[in-house]
Amino acid sequence: MKFGVIIFPGSNCDYDAYMAIKTVIKQEVEFLWHQDASLHNCDCVILPGGFSYGDYLRTGAIARFSSIMKRVMEFAKDGGLVVGICNGFQILMEAGLLPGAMLKNTSLRFICKFVHIKVENENTPFTNFSKKGQVLKIPIAHSDGNYFIPEEGARKLRENDQIVFRYCDEVGNVTLEANPNGSLENIAGICNQTRNVLGMMPHPERASEAILGSDDGRYIFQSIVNFFNKGR
Amino acid sequence: MDRENGNRLAVVYVKLKDGVLDPQGSTIKSALENMGYQGIKQIRSGKIFEITFQKDEKRKPEDLIDEICRKLLTNPVIEKYNFEILK
Repeated sequence: MKFGVIIFPGSNCDYDAYMAIKTVIKQEVEFLWHQDASLHNCDCVILPGGFSYGDYLRTGAIARFSSIMKRVMEFAKDGGLVVGICNGFQILMEAGLLPGAMLKNTSLRFICKFVHIKVENENTPFTNFSKKGQVLKIPIAHSDGNYFIPEEGARKLRENDQIVFRYCDEVGNVTLEANPNGSLENIAGICNQTRNVLGMMPHPERASEAILGSDDGRYIFQSIVNFFNKGR
Repeated sequence: MDRENGNRLAVVYVKLKDGVLDPQGSTIKSALENMGYQGIKQIRSGKIFEITFQKDEKRKPEDLIDEICRKLLTNPVIEKYNFEILK
């Protein structure tokens, strides 16, 4: 299986994602440049975290018009696996591949810390290696992670089981106190209706080896590999 | 800028939609209260863009600016906009 990690101007988690896939998950991986005209036959495309275009205008608003994003949108429409992490999630929402938008954290602070998230839907290409209700310890690092969607959209997310991760406490209780940024319904990650596009604010690539404080991020990458191998 | 050369100026106002939380606005409001200002009911923050552009004979300036607002300047999930074109 081959992964591609897109580098936008201002991406800064590109190498973390690359290394997690190459050395921990041990899969083929290559960088894709935001001006590339193709996805180099990658089976899964990762939009990494960072501050593409300095977060100017709105997070992800300018990166969304990169030439590679045309290919990403076609790829996603054809069922290709796409993962947006943090700024990557914001780009996917701006591109219309995922519903909703991010507001500033209610604290107005940049929050960088380990949080716990609960797997709400294990029937996705990104979570099949974990169990429903499993609690993962993965860090967040963002200013704009306060997920918002109008009520009708929220209802659709619930009805279609598109809420993949929710912020929770250590034992899996989804509480107000465990919500770091004000996200609607503690939402930390969602997928599209066809389940091939994932967006999540926490950084699994920063939690893929025990020496980093947690290796729970592996569940996400390993799920993708398992899903891909099963389909072959 | 030099409006003699056929340039026009549009001013675009972008606001959060009603009902969308505005953490910046509410923080500014509490700062004002701490400063002793009373009777401030609400603050909603927003953005302004001044766009100087070349007049295009084939296209109404309103249509052009509206398209720019929809395509890039605003996110319709959370934001609304209005604009004026100054002669």
